[in-house]
Amino acid sequence: MAYPFQLGFQDATSPIMEELLHFHDHTLMIVFLISSLVLYIISLMLTTKLTHTSTMDAQEVETIWTILPAIILILIALPSLRILYMMDEINSPSLTVKTMGHQWYWSYEYTDYEDLSFDSYMIPTQELKPGELRLLEVDNRVVLPMEVTIRMLISSEDVLHSWAVPSLGLKTDAIPGRLNQTTLMGTRPGLYYGQCSEICGSNHSFMPIVLELVPLSYFEKWSVFML
Amino acid sequence: MLDIEFQKSPKGKWTTPPFDPRFPNQNQTRNCYQNFLDYHRCVKRMNRRGKSTQPCEYYFRVFHSLCPKSWVQRWTEQIQGGTFAGKI
Repeated sequence: MAYPFQLGFQDATSPIMEELLHFHDHTLMIVFLISSLVLYIISLMLTTKLTHTSTMDAQEVETIWTILPAIILILIALPSLRILYMMDEINSPSLTVKTMGHQWYWSYEYTDYEDLSFDSYMIPTQELKPGELRLLEVDNRVVLPMEVTIRMLISSEDVLHSWAVPSLGLKTDAIPGRLNQTTLMGTRPGLYYGQCSEICGSNHSFMPIVLELVPLSYFEKWSVFML
Repeated sequence: MLDIEFQKSPKGKWTTPPFDPRFPNQNQTRNCYQNFLDYHRCVKRMNRRGKSTQPCEYYFRVFHSLCPKSWVQRWTEQIQGGTFAGKI
């Protein structure tokens, strides 16, 4: 989950998010290098008494500062495309979970075997227990088995919403009349928080998502209990 | 750590709809709708021929897993009311 004074991404809980983290590190390093080089050159330019007013030919430097940025862009594009295609890999999920966005809560349906469905409302600030997170906790969490490929199908019953869990690198729009698919694979147990990511009315900021990733046996017990 | 193979369901039993190459992309709306149609068409034709509708169960399980309950409810009511837009 997000924490105070956070600077970077949340810790990755899925393989894709790990890749995205590393890609971001790589790209940000390039950006820092270019920015510091430019700042340094500007500072040099502004602090010299030397002048040169008769520049006629700059062919060589122009070539360098065309080719080099092109190479840098390719070095950014290749990992980016690699991750893009990795996100689209065909995998065989073991479980399908549907989530429907409403104003202003999420509902979840697990219908592979029996019909398990429930609503997930935010816990109001007044009713939080000590240690719980403000505007992030819900009454019914989405319990899922860990280390299992899960097909998430996301839609909406009224207006546009978006189902996002940053720790797993997930964000998929919930569009009425459309069923959007995303793949979820959590590598470790824990609680993972997200918030609605498409403006949907007055309580848009108050419909969070909480995933509870647990071992398969716990998930089976929970689903029997919830039925 | 946890044995993934041990966690998977015994072979031959239903887990979840498999990947359908007819619908490879993010938008799975048609996947849900098509299996819903295919189930009802299958049941109608099997009943017309007096055969068992057991083979149609595959389509039922797929749309039951994929389609939101509200959609299935709405379409079922439309079928019963004669206002369903699809061809069955």
